[in-house]
Amino acid sequence: MSATILIWSVTIAHVLLAVAMVCQAIRFIRGPRAQDRVVAFDAFYISSMLLLLTFGIRTGTTLYFEAALVISLIGFVSTVALAKFLMRGEVIE
Amino acid sequence: MTHLADLPAWAQLIASFFILIGALVTLIGAIGLLTLRDFYDRIHAPTLGSTWGTGGILLASILIFSVLQSRPVLHEVLIAVFVTVTMPVVLMLLGRAALYRDRTEGIETVPSIETVSGPSDDTSAETDGK
Repeated sequence: MSATILIWSVTIAHVLLAVAMVCQAIRFIRGPRAQDRVVAFDAFYISSMLLLLTFGIRTGTTLYFEAALVISLIGFVSTVALAKFLMRGEVIE
Repeated sequence: MTHLADLPAWAQLIASFFILIGALVTLIGAIGLLTLRDFYDRIHAPTLGSTWGTGGILLASILIFSVLQSRPVLHEVLIAVFVTVTMPVVLMLLGRAALYRDRTEGIETVPSIETVSGPSDDTSAETDGK
């Protein structure tokens, strides 16, 4: 089994990204104001996208890549909508 | 895990390096998001995960799939370009929204509109000079 180094580093990356998601979830729950929660949500979907990419490296399929692409697209739109809502009080003017 | 055993050793080493760098940088950004005190400090921390965190893991993915399939696999560049383009837009919108909310609530720690706006219509701004 010659892929030991790569499998171990992917496993360590899974653990590190999960700890990062826990940190962002704590900030999301604790965040004193609404903009803190939105920033935490933004970082949270980036981390989940990276976690899906490492799953894709581990399994060798491209399904995870497409899921990561969809997450990055929809996450951007939702964060922009939340920022507009924080600024104006409504999303579509 | 059988497909990863087909990789040559140099590709495994480089890909492991990039995966670990990306995950570590993302974790550092998350810890910064958790421990920094002010919102305007905290808004800088997640950009670590969206620049080198995404970049490292995407570089490793490009390398692994290109070596495995013996052809350049470049569709990960889509995610990289999209995240790199959209993250400054998102954070600028959020920063402006937070500044607007802080000003309307009269919080003293943020600069008020008079001190940061450029030359305005009244004559006092011209006598002060820029």
